[in-house]
Amino acid sequence: MSPEIPSGAKAAGRARAAVGLRASRPAHALFVLPFVAVYALLLLWPLAKGWFISFHDHDLLSNDSFYVGFQNYLELLDDDVFHQVVWNTLRFVLISVPVFVVLSLMLALALNRPGRLAAVLRAIFFCASVFSVTLITLVWQLALMPERGLVAQGSAALGLPQLPWLTSDLLALPTLALVTVWWIIGLPMMLFLSALQQIPSDVYEAAALDNASRWRTLTHVTLPALKRTVALVAVIEVIRQFQVFPQIMLMTNGGPNNTTRPIVQFIYEQAFMQLSLGYATAASQVLLAVMLVGVSVQMWLERREAAQGVRR
Amino acid sequence: MAALKLEQICKRYGAVQVIPDLSLDVAPGEFIVFLGPSGCGKTSLLRMIAGLEEVSGGRIEIGGKDVTHAAPGQRQLAMVFQHYALYPHMTVRENLAFGLRNIALAEEEIDRRIQEAARMLELDALLARKPGQLSGGQRQRVAIGRAVVKEPALFLFDEPLSNLDAALRGRTRLELAQLHRRLGATMIFVTHDQIEAMTLATRIVVMNAGRIEQVAPPSELYRRPATRFVAGFIGTPGMNFVPVRRLADRQGLAAIELPGGQELLTRVPAAVPGSELTLGIRPEHLVTAARGPLPAQVEMVEFLGERSLAHVRLVDGTRAIATVAGASPAAGELVQLDLVMDEAHLFDKQGLAHHAVAQGAAA
Repeated sequence: MSPEIPSGAKAAGRARAAVGLRASRPAHALFVLPFVAVYALLLLWPLAKGWFISFHDHDLLSNDSFYVGFQNYLELLDDDVFHQVVWNTLRFVLISVPVFVVLSLMLALALNRPGRLAAVLRAIFFCASVFSVTLITLVWQLALMPERGLVAQGSAALGLPQLPWLTSDLLALPTLALVTVWWIIGLPMMLFLSALQQIPSDVYEAAALDNASRWRTLTHVTLPALKRTVALVAVIEVIRQFQVFPQIMLMTNGGPNNTTRPIVQFIYEQAFMQLSLGYATAASQVLLAVMLVGVSVQMWLERREAAQGVRR
Repeated sequence: MAALKLEQICKRYGAVQVIPDLSLDVAPGEFIVFLGPSGCGKTSLLRMIAGLEEVSGGRIEIGGKDVTHAAPGQRQLAMVFQHYALYPHMTVRENLAFGLRNIALAEEEIDRRIQEAARMLELDALLARKPGQLSGGQRQRVAIGRAVVKEPALFLFDEPLSNLDAALRGRTRLELAQLHRRLGATMIFVTHDQIEAMTLATRIVVMNAGRIEQVAPPSELYRRPATRFVAGFIGTPGMNFVPVRRLADRQGLAAIELPGGQELLTRVPAAVPGSELTLGIRPEHLVTAARGPLPAQVEMVEFLGERSLAHVRLVDGTRAIATVAGASPAAGELVQLDLVMDEAHLFDKQGLAHHAVAQGAAA
């Protein structure tokens, strides 16, 4: 739908040719050096160091370290608590990511209109993500307090049963997922809003002239145009939610019965409470692998769909 | 029954009045072109006919039915947009079928119409492709096809050729004219390009500042412009305007004094109001000659192949464009200009035109 893209690509081609006119010199590397240095220092080095440590039994207290090969990984395989935290984290991702995608899309659709009310609401929904996690968890702990909290009083007023939101094995994790969604739904909503505003208005006008109902317009014009943004939001949220930690630490501390303990909390506890850094870094590598798998599956699905789109 | 009837249409955006009061009747089968400079309200008018914008006042009838407040889809019309507005995620076939499925037309009928439109517009090979895989001209044909399959009572075109290159624009223009003839449908076409307007229209609606200046077939618009605006807007280069002084009428015709002092009897009947008039004459009717009533100095000569145009300055400083007859004068040379008086118009102070009557009629 955009003749601009090929012309943009042409412009990029010209730019490359223009750069190529002059021979590349070693001095040019200086321009990228600041980025490469910071990237290497803060990302590549810790990554390599993490791999290295994960093959060692590294005691943080005595700072002793000796090579143990795959010992840490084999232990993780047998560790019931680790199995539990991986499962918890997976469940958290599976609950929260679809809610993020669907809810932020619905919010964006509802608030993608001119006018002061929509602008104020957009700001309100976004501003929750600005607050710190301590503030958010404090507010929600008060709201979810049994009997006296806002939620308990609200459901009592409506005649609904009192639920043990944070203390039941079954409810605690979904509740935490909902709190997380409430907290940081602003960003995906903004991504959807910006994607919605990229859709040219004349396509909607064409749909109106084509007698398309609101539902047909949504399913045949709007949603197809948002496919890439849906994938983007899903990938971002998968990465973010696999690393869930502070709000759980503050609200349930992993309980009840370890049903909400996420991988990152396990890593934190192994490293800084048990002081066994090797074991913790091995768990981090597993988290990295799980995240990579998650994102790869997402991207693969998206690419397959795009390829089918072309073939059809 | 008119195919389209606009009654006292008015449009305001806040305090800004874009169209003050506009009425127009379009007969079935006409090809009407709204022509005017940008900002004259022609696109707003088209969008109001389509129902994409509300009218601030007035009535719109399509095929005898009042559609002033009807939804765009209820108006029995199809529109081709300037930027095509194809659905990017649908194939060409789906693009054509979308509007027909929305009104629950039978699939066989949809197929039949798509086949027919595809054959007419040479879209057969493109039906399985998506808009992103088409060239600008192909997209334009798909957009026209999407309008054709709806078999509407009224076609609307919003500057549909402005995004095409010159060669393709010429070809598509021709195809549109053929399409109009073949379908016999009523079409309304918005453009600021007078060549498009002149070649396509059965009648042109010249608009300026939200008002209709003149509604007429192309040849009449060119030969008998109703106002000074139309005279200046139609034709490339536009009409020359020479300020003249009015003299006492003779033989029932207006007599004038040209810059340079030459007196001249026009063929315009004497009923012209006012004493300060403007003589309007097209470049092809203002010719260099050995002896003529209008002296001028040549500033530049343009060779255009089939003719040469002399850009001249009259003695009162007015610039004009004349056609070179005979040897080409040099820049700076003094020449005489002759006027074809049957084609000379007088414009009064309000800008209204007064045309020459044919010589036989005047005698």
